[in-house]
This record gives sequence, structure tokens and C-alpha cells, in this order.
Amino acid sequence: MMLAIETIDLTKDYRFGFWRKHSKRALDSLNLQIEAGQVFGLLGPNGAGKTTTLTLLLRLIFPTRGTARILGTSFEDRAVRARLGYLPENPYLYDHLTPEELLNYVGELFGLPAALRRSRVGELIEQLGLAESRKVPLRKFSKGMVQRTAIAQALMNDPEVIFLDEPMSGLDPLGRREVRDLILGLKARGKTVFFSTHILSDAETLCDQVAILSRGRLQGCGDLHKILRLEVSSTEVLLEDPAPAAMAELQPHAASVVRTGDWVRLEIPEEHEVPKILEIALRHGVRVVSLSPVKMSLEDFFLAKVSASRDATKEEAVPLPS
Amino acid sequence: MKSSSGIAGRIRVRPLCGILVVSSLIALWPLQRALDRARGPAAEISEVLYMPSGSLVRRFCLGYEGLVADIYWTRVVQYFGRRRMAQSTRFELLGPLLRITTDLDPQLLVAYRYGSIFLAEKPPGGAGQPREALQLLRRGIVANPGYWRLWEDVGFIYYWDLKDYDNAAKVFLVGSERPGALAWMKVLAASVAAKGGGYQTSRILWLDIYRQADTDSVRRSALEHLAALDAQNELASLNELLARYKVGTGQPVHAFSELVTLGYLKAVPRDPSGAPYVIDSGGRASLSPASRVDLRLLQ
Amino acid sequence: MPQRRKQSLSPHERVNEMTRIGSIAFHTFKESVRERVLYNLIVFALLMIGAAILFASISVGVDQIILVNLGLTSISVFGLLMAIFIGIGLVSKEIERKTVYVILSKPVARAEFIVGKYVGLLFTLLVNTSIMTAGFYLALLYQKRGLEWHDLTALAAIYFILLELALVVGLALLFSCLSTPILSAVYTFCLFVIGNLLSDVRWFGEESASAVLRKATALVYYLLPNFGNFNVITQVAHGEAVPGYLLVANSCYALLYITVLVSGAILIFEEREFR
Repeated sequence: MMLAIETIDLTKDYRFGFWRKHSKRALDSLNLQIEAGQVFGLLGPNGAGKTTTLTLLLRLIFPTRGTARILGTSFEDRAVRARLGYLPENPYLYDHLTPEELLNYVGELFGLPAALRRSRVGELIEQLGLAESRKVPLRKFSKGMVQRTAIAQALMNDPEVIFLDEPMSGLDPLGRREVRDLILGLKARGKTVFFSTHILSDAETLCDQVAILSRGRLQGCGDLHKILRLEVSSTEVLLEDPAPAAMAELQPHAASVVRTGDWVRLEIPEEHEVPKILEIALRHGVRVVSLSPVKMSLEDFFLAKVSASRDATKEEAVPLPS
Repeated sequence: MKSSSGIAGRIRVRPLCGILVVSSLIALWPLQRALDRARGPAAEISEVLYMPSGSLVRRFCLGYEGLVADIYWTRVVQYFGRRRMAQSTRFELLGPLLRITTDLDPQLLVAYRYGSIFLAEKPPGGAGQPREALQLLRRGIVANPGYWRLWEDVGFIYYWDLKDYDNAAKVFLVGSERPGALAWMKVLAASVAAKGGGYQTSRILWLDIYRQADTDSVRRSALEHLAALDAQNELASLNELLARYKVGTGQPVHAFSELVTLGYLKAVPRDPSGAPYVIDSGGRASLSPASRVDLRLLQ
Repeated sequence: MPQRRKQSLSPHERVNEMTRIGSIAFHTFKESVRERVLYNLIVFALLMIGAAILFASISVGVDQIILVNLGLTSISVFGLLMAIFIGIGLVSKEIERKTVYVILSKPVARAEFIVGKYVGLLFTLLVNTSIMTAGFYLALLYQKRGLEWHDLTALAAIYFILLELALVVGLALLFSCLSTPILSAVYTFCLFVIGNLLSDVRWFGEESASAVLRKATALVYYLLPNFGNFNVITQVAHGEAVPGYLLVANSCYALLYITVLVSGAILIFEEREFR
């Protein structure tokens, strides 16, 4: 399957200071391979390098080292941008223009013929819910409507790869739902969607693959479900009203004990300890209500990776599950 | 990395733009020179900010008369300097410009002092308009009654340019009675009245001008005058010497080197510019053709 | 004149390129038209020209000189203000407001962006100056109760003013790529003032004794834009015609210097990063 996006050793240093002597590495040797037709999520806390990655790919900034290929051609080829769509973070649009005029302008820049422009503009305005304000200057729009207009301009050329930088920012729950549906719709049409976010729940529901960035380095990458399954963190054992004597024996093996009414929930971190727990429970005649593996949530995985990167300066990226 | 779809972007545009910048800048140089040459006379009119009268200019100054007067003064100096360099004999705009300058700022003393020199000097050294210079100075005296040096300048014009020694002496005397006037003014008044234009007096005046000058052009002019005065004085003594020799020996002399050999002179006499004096065909001492002294200044 | 664009593009690509530049230029013009400040400036300029009639009636004997002088000076001054004002909006404002992200993420070359912006703003200046010129000739017509062919010499002065403004906008474009809106306006204005005083700078150097100063001022004289070349207002006010060679020479000068400024702006903009 063809790679839609590929980055090879992509690195970006920012120079600052009076004589530009100091440099800060915003992105360190990023290597990604994203197959076509996927929804790919770039996750990370603020300042991790997500926007840096996107602006590098779109040649708004230039890399210190490394290169990238989009749809098989080098990202330096300006023509490939005719097949891309881009939604910047906190987009600013010409506020003296109406959505219709802005989309038309963008269409002109893509070199679309007039008739095609007209029909696309109409479609996108309908699709993004801008019909009522199509002739209102953008300076009068709310943030959510600006965001929708910005998404519309990203889709004006019916791109094959769509880059979205924090697409959900500033949207109310209804707006976020709409954007989620939009992304899924794009995927259904065979497009590749690359979006960055720090909202993990969105990533969980949308992404096929994720990459986690922290402090400019790739902390983990791969198929979402495989990551989460791989990291079975612990086993949860639910006991009914265990006797104190049993609890005393069980306690040292458990990472956490939570009592809710009659039930006690034990979290057992080590898998091999589980038979021992069962044995203790049976000996004391405690009823085991349930036993289930606790799947790590994306949030846990994320936090683990991010805090690990904060503790240690060097972190090996998690090998891709095969 | 070239492809037919125009990947050029950063690769080819940059050297092209760089070449354009450099080659255009280089091409501008001869173009500007040609423009300057061609606009020469025309440029003067617009540069000189010619307006028909001072009061009109004043209306547009919006309170910045002093500044505008300074700008006009700069223009006067440029106008005068350029004309002199071009060896022109016509300085039509000099008077009007000075009038506008002093209308805008009646206390701009430098405009009166040097302006009067530019006006009074005979061409090609100046406009050759001593009467206009006197008018200018009189207006200056009215506006600045406490400044006694303007009297000195008036006296100088009577003395030098108009050769009117009586009036020169009168003016020097009036000036010497102004508060703050230096003692030598009285002496000057006296010697002018008595001698009616001798070498010493002229020398004092030019030396005074040289000492007070604060622009190079005026300093140069003073030195040239001093050199001419000294040369003229020396020529007179040399001629006297030659006459005595002729009377004594009856032989004409053809070169000063002969007098040196004969012991009348220690060395071949040189004029203030360093060139040796020569004896012309009429047997009189004169300046060598290589001399930079200009006796015409004394006329 | 050497071509500014790349040579080995297919005709299809060329057309696309021109269309993009034209599109950017058109939208730049449209943006200026919607800019209310420009309207105010034009109104002020027209008022000034009207006031010139008043001034002229006060001064006997020189009324036409005053009217032409004041009228052309107003066009020049307000044109300058407009050029600097819209010059700020050129690139600085776009970078500050980040609207440039939308454009540059499309298959638009950075050079196309710069050229398109410049053309759009030139066109704005052309339209504004035409309006002011119409006002000027109306005033002249009112005062003289009739126009003659000779009055068309003022057009040469206005053409030169336009050339000056084109240079100013070019300067604003160049500084815009480097600096914030306010600073680029300040730098542009300063260079305009210095550019008008260049002959004084050179004269100062010539009068000085130091050879270093003489060479330095000569270098400055040839390097900086010489706005003095274009000032024929006084001549035209006195009824003199502008010689043909001057029209040609100044046009060439303006063209060359604009090339320098726009190429320089492109060079800088190509390297610029947008965070």
C-alpha cells in the first residue's frame, strides 16, 4: 500500500538569542510512515512539536535536517500542494471577505475553472453549515464558524491528504461531533487524514494509527488498538465482602484496593500474581465476582510516555507492533 | 531537483533574484550620473526652492521659520559654491535668496556676514554687487543693533570694493563706538582716514576675516587675498631693487639668479605660493606663470 | 529586461502562474478598496486641492503658480501617506495576522505572492492618484475658467509622483518582509526623507576634507533611492515643460530600482519562516 506521508529524520531547530547563538530543538529526528486511506493522529502535550511537524510538511517553515515525501513525491515540490488540504491551528482568515469570496479566492489559487469553483463553493457551504452566513464578512463570525470556514477552504480542492491542526479547538460539542463525522466521511471516501490534537478521546474514536510526541521526540507510534492491547496494565479482581484476614493476605499483592459497599476491587499489577490471589481468596472462602484485564486507556499510555520522557532525556520509541 | 511541474521554488528563484538585485543596482549608477549631468541647470531651479517673495515663504513655514531659513542659507552656500566652481559670472538668484533667508530669520548673522562678501566680490569671485551687499548689511544692522561686526563688514565693502575711503573711515569709527567693539577698530578708522588704503590696513582686514572665518571657502578667499597683497608688496620692493641696480650699473637684468650671483640677493625670491619671481621682457619683476597667486583680486 | 520568472515551465504552468499572480493582485486591490482609511485620505486630498483655490486667490499675480504647486504637493503628500499605509498592509499585516498561512499552503510560489501583492497595490495607487488628478484638474478648470493644452504638463509631474509612489510601495514591501507593520512604516518614511535629501548628502561629502567621507557619501548617493530626480513640481508650476529625456530616464530609473526592491523582497520572503 502506498505511503501517503513519510518523514525521514525530520528535525527542526529554532535559533534565538541576540546573536542567534542558542538553539532549541523543536522536533528531533521524526520518522513516520503513514499509509494512504488512514486517519492518523499526532498526539502530544502543548509545545510537543505537533504544529511544527505540520508546518514543516507544508513548507511554511523549513527543516534543519531531514526530508519528507507526500503522495510519493518530495515535499519540496510545490505542485503536490495542489492535492493537499490544510487547516491551520487557530486559523486567521481575511476578515473583510465573506465565506463565499474566500472559498472562491482559494479556488482561484488552485487554478480551478470557474464553473467547478462555483459548484464546490456551493457544496462546501452546505456541507459545513455556512449557508445562512454565506454573504456575511468573516469579521462578524463566531470562532466556531470561522473554524468551519477554515475547514471548508481546506477541502476546496478535494484533496487526497488533509492536514488538520487541532480541528476541534474552539468548537462546542455539536461542532466537534460534526467535525468527527466529517473526518470519518473523508476516510470513507478514501482520503488520508492527518490531524494533531491533545484531546485523546477524539483520537481514540477516530484514529487508525497514532504517534505520540513529547518535547519534539517521538515517544510511541503505531496501530492504536495494538498499542492499547499490548499494554495490558493490570488485572482487576472484584471480591464480595472479603474477611479482614483475607484482606491482610491479599493487600500486599495489590496495587490498589477500593471498597465500594460490599465489594472490594483489587488491582493486581503483575499477571503472574493472579493465580496466587485466587488461591488466597478460595482458601478464605471469599467469593470472586469477576476477573478482567484492565486495558490501558490511551490517556494512561499517553501520560506514561510523556512523563517518562520528562524523567529521562532519552527515550527509545516503542517498536512498531508487527 | 528540476521537474516540469515547477519545483524550482527555492532553487532557481533565489539566484535569479540575487542577480537582478546586483545588476540593477550596478545599472543605476551610470543612469544616475547621466541624469545629474542632463539635469544640471534645470536641477538648480527646483533645488533652490525659488519663490517670489519672503513673506510668501513665511506663510508656509507654519512656525518653523528658523529651520527653513537655515535650509535657505544652505542653498545659498550651495548655489554660490556651484556657480563659482563653474566659473560663472552671473549670480542672479543670490540677492533674492539672501533676502528670503534674512526675511525668515533676521537674526541669522552668518547670512548677513558671508552673504555680503558673496555679493560684494567682483566676479568670478562673487556677484559684484557691492551696493546690494550694503543694503543687506544695513537690514542686518537694523535687526541686530548690538552686533558691531556688521559695521566692520560695511566698512570693509566701502574700503575694498568701492574704494570709498572717506565713508569707510566714517563707518569704522561708528562701529568702533558700538558696545563690545574691539580696540583696533578705532586704530583702523584712523589709519584708513590717514593712509587712504595702504598695504598694512588691507592686510589687517583680511587677516581678521581669516581668523573669524568658519567655512573653508571664506578662509581660502582670505588667504588668496593675503597672498596677493604680499606678492604685490614684494613685487614693488623687487622692482625698486631692479631700478636701483639699473641706475647703478646701467645693465638690465634678465633673471634674479644673476642678482644672486652678484650678491645683491641671498636667494632667488619666491612668491607666497612658492613659485620664484621672474623678470619679464620689460625688465620688471613679475609673477612666474607657475604661480598660484592671483593679482586680479586686488583690482 | 530580464524575465523575472523561471524559464523552463510549460505554457500551461505559465498561465496558471499568471492567473495566481493576477488573483492575488486583484484581491489585494479589493482589500484596499474596502479599507476605510484610504477614503478619508482621498477626501482630505481633495479638500486640500480645494483649499489651494482659496490660497491662490489671496496671492495676487502668482495664483496659478500657487494652485499648481499646492495641488501637486497635496497629491504627492497624500499619495505618500497612502503608499506607506497600504505598504504596511502588504506583507507585515498578513504575517502578523497569520492570514498568510492560508495562501502559502496552496501551490503558490512565495515569489508569486510578493509580485501579486505589489501589482495589486500599484493598481490601488493608480486608481487613487487618478481620482486626485481629476480633482486637481477640476480645481484648475474652476480657477482658470478653461483649460489649455499647456496645462497637460502637470500630467508629467503627476506621472513622476506615481513613479515615486511605486518606489515607496516597493520600499514598504521590502521592509514589510523583515519587520513589524509599525517599524516598516517608520523605516519607509525615513528612507523617503533621506532619499529626498541625497544631493545634500553628497554635497556635504564633497565639501568635506576627508576622502573616506567623500567616498562614503558618494556610495550612499548611488545606492539609496534618489527621490530628488522626480521632483519637477516647481518647474511645472512655473509653466515649464518637462523634457522628454527626463521622462525616459526617470522611467528607467524607477523600473530598475523597483526591480531591486521586489527582487530583494522575494529573496527575503523565500527564507522567511511562519511559526
